[in-house]
Amino acid sequence: MTLLEFRDVHVTYTGSRGRIPAVRGVDLKVEAGKVLGIAGESGCGKSTLAMAVLRLLPKSAEVSGEILLDGEDLLQMGWGRLRAVRWTGASIVFQGAMHSLNAVQRIGRQVAEPMLVHDKTLSAAKAAKKAEGLLERVGLPATRLRSYPHELSGGQRQRVMIAMALACDPDLIIADEATTALDVMVQAQVLQLISGLVTERGVGLVMISHDLSVLSSVCDTAAVMYAGRVVEQGPAHEVFAQARHPYSAALGAAFPVIGDPAARLKPGGLAGDPPDPARLPEGCSFRPRCAVAVERCGKESPELLQIEGPRLSACFVAQEGEPVVSG
Amino acid sequence: MDKVLTARDLRVEFGLPGGRTARAVDGVDLDVAPGEIVALAGESGCGKTTLARTLLGLERATGGEVAFGGTPLGRSTKALKAFRRHVQLVLQDPSGALNPRHTVYDAVAEGLRIHGITDDEPGRVADALARAGLRPPERFFLAYPHELSGGQRQRVVIAGALVLEPSILVADEPVASLDASVRGEILSLLLRLKEDAGLGALVITHDLGLAWSIADRIAIMYLGRIVEQGPVEQVLTDPQHPYTRALVSVLPDSPVAEPIVLAGELPDASKIPGGCRFRPRCQEVASGSALAVLGQCEGEDPVLGSGAHAVACHLVHARMAA
Amino acid sequence: MTTSTPTSPRALAWARRRQSFARSWAAYRAQRTGMIGLVLLGAIVILAICTPVIIDESALSVTQATGGRMAPPSAEFPLGTDEVGRSILALTLWGSRLSLLIGLTATVVAIVIGTAVGVTSGHVGGWYGWFALRISDWFMVLPSLVVAIALLAVLGRSMGTTILVIALVSWSGTTRLVRAQTLTVQNRPYLERARALGAGHWHQMTKHILPNVLPLVLASATLLVPSAILMESSLAWLGLGDPNVVSWGSILNRASDNGAVSAHAWWYLLPPGLAILLVVLAFMMCGRALEAVFNPRLRGEPA
Repeated sequence: MTLLEFRDVHVTYTGSRGRIPAVRGVDLKVEAGKVLGIAGESGCGKSTLAMAVLRLLPKSAEVSGEILLDGEDLLQMGWGRLRAVRWTGASIVFQGAMHSLNAVQRIGRQVAEPMLVHDKTLSAAKAAKKAEGLLERVGLPATRLRSYPHELSGGQRQRVMIAMALACDPDLIIADEATTALDVMVQAQVLQLISGLVTERGVGLVMISHDLSVLSSVCDTAAVMYAGRVVEQGPAHEVFAQARHPYSAALGAAFPVIGDPAARLKPGGLAGDPPDPARLPEGCSFRPRCAVAVERCGKESPELLQIEGPRLSACFVAQEGEPVVSG
Repeated sequence: MDKVLTARDLRVEFGLPGGRTARAVDGVDLDVAPGEIVALAGESGCGKTTLARTLLGLERATGGEVAFGGTPLGRSTKALKAFRRHVQLVLQDPSGALNPRHTVYDAVAEGLRIHGITDDEPGRVADALARAGLRPPERFFLAYPHELSGGQRQRVVIAGALVLEPSILVADEPVASLDASVRGEILSLLLRLKEDAGLGALVITHDLGLAWSIADRIAIMYLGRIVEQGPVEQVLTDPQHPYTRALVSVLPDSPVAEPIVLAGELPDASKIPGGCRFRPRCQEVASGSALAVLGQCEGEDPVLGSGAHAVACHLVHARMAA
Repeated sequence: MTTSTPTSPRALAWARRRQSFARSWAAYRAQRTGMIGLVLLGAIVILAICTPVIIDESALSVTQATGGRMAPPSAEFPLGTDEVGRSILALTLWGSRLSLLIGLTATVVAIVIGTAVGVTSGHVGGWYGWFALRISDWFMVLPSLVVAIALLAVLGRSMGTTILVIALVSWSGTTRLVRAQTLTVQNRPYLERARALGAGHWHQMTKHILPNVLPLVLASATLLVPSAILMESSLAWLGLGDPNVVSWGSILNRASDNGAVSAHAWWYLLPPGLAILLVVLAFMMCGRALEAVFNPRLRGEPA
């Protein structure tokens, strides 16, 4: 069952530098009980896309296209319906949990708050009981309900954020760099927790990260974004192991597999910097940093096309069946 | 051997409110020689940044000593200044490490001016920028940090360190705040500096993949102490210490087959457990496979043996002896 | 330092500095009140500088006075005369020189003391920082006019002591401001980098902290000048100014001493009073505008 669907979504910011396209035509689907990973670097539009789902973007952002949650277009919803959908239909876990929690309120109250807001019939005692259960589910002792955010470690705070996102039993969870600031071991704990939720409760999960290796181990499908577009899409492990777009290949190489002799003392990377969205190059927006670009890349912008089975790529070279890594 | 940066039984303690003491660095032995890259890896809070700051003389050791080329690091301003020509720092966040009101030229020339090196300043600055991969250097002289990309800023910080022609660089998470595709370029630069100029580097990181990409040796730190140390290939593909095994096991496509997700978190540096400090979280203790040495684990702090690949674990020591 | 390249780094650095100055100037120009204040201030300063050319110093001499006693404005004396027959216009114009001089000098002295104490106490900290902070707190809570009167009584009345006394009672506000900003800059990683490069306290303070503190100091100095002028006027009006020179405050002092109020001699009181008001207003306008330029949060940009 398709839970969330993006149909030709565009987001444009209007600011002092004119109109800046942040997302330029994205089509993606998330199934219930499945994990979609969105990979890309800062400024590629992945966070803008996540915020667009719950219409959390600033007023200067103009969104077009359709974002369907259970078949209902979020962009056409009235504010009353949208409030109901936030938390109960879909919820977001942001990065930087310290700033998303209220520093002067106890954890218990903050976890119970969304439940009380969305269900007027719920008593405070029942909400507290439920909050306790949620905290245990994310692996925190119930005594932590009495703590303030500063008394918790970064990993514990991130778990509290996940518990809050789960409070209203949403069907869809969006995790925006939810594990980026965490240490390897804590990240592993949180990832284990998130994957458990997906299989056991059948929620749909969108995981956004710059770390393709993390996505490959957790996600079913991965989409790689560059300059506001999806440039490659396919089964997560295949995208990581054998990229069909030079950008995904470089992104994957930035996180080497330990024990892989090909990566030993050969840090992978790309020359140059991500493009300024206000001044995108002509043709394929990745061409200035691309090692395998052909003449055509400077003139036309490649579409995201199926190349074989479930694999899609927006690269002329890959579409011709040629390798995307030089040498 | 003459330009080696060494730490011997280094200890750094901080007083905390309430009379407690945090033992951030708790008896560390470490060598960094020119021409080698040593990775210092561990979770946040394990004391790796304090260790780096102490190696640079930015933090005072409360025990043990730091030495460069066999000479212990003095505390006088003059001795520290001389030491700093040889050992330089590269910080994590290049945006914060550059004064927004200084041009690239001023930022790079700062070291020369501090040390009173006045001959051919523009030439030295240009050379350092070129070595850090900013070419042509003259084009960057008058740029302000906010006009550069993250990768370029980090190159400026590296150039600012290189201009003093140090033998050792201490880099604290040099790529953690950079975009993934830009990281490789900065790491390649460190590798090239090692190969071409014989520079030594201590790279502090929480990312074992980074160590695999550039380091020759790696030291794994847990709660203020090094628990395993050796050549990267050996430590990362055949980890011995239970903590290292757990760290490696949770990585994608890990050489350790079964993922070992440790419960709990790093304890506070003011509450270091007695005996082996890893015991309360140790998977070998939990599974009962360390029963034979459990008495030792509870009673004595394991020593990091000498040798190329050293491990501070009673169980490993017992297995090796058997 | 010499360079063979035609465009030496130093020359280019100056070009960049000019560029950043031009940017600040553009931001300043966008503020209408700031521009009004600047034009006003410019006019006053030019007038003050040119006064000796327009009116001969002999106009201030009591013995050579030509006018009648407290005569109302006339063609010969556009602003009337004082009790000995001197032109009020001449007195006010000459008085502007002293009022501005004392105001500016006292401000410079106060700012130098305040910045030095603020930067050192913030940077060095420890025992010295604590001590410096207590001293500045002490100066801050003392009633400044009372202290100034007491000091002048002890030190004697002269221009130099007036400047010193005004500076002494007004440096502590600057110290607070500078110290707060120093503490913020202090924690920036670039200071850690400078320390790792081997920089001593002097280098850190002059190369990193001061440049980041100075714009704020400049803005606050502009706001300190009018209060210094007011303080000088108050002291002179109380009869504590230098008896040998003419300032706006001393004109007002003589006016009240000689019964200008009961004689309804408004022309004796209004010109120096309005002059003080105008200068204070002009400096305030410039100061607020500078503050807004250097502290974008005050510029009221839409979020």
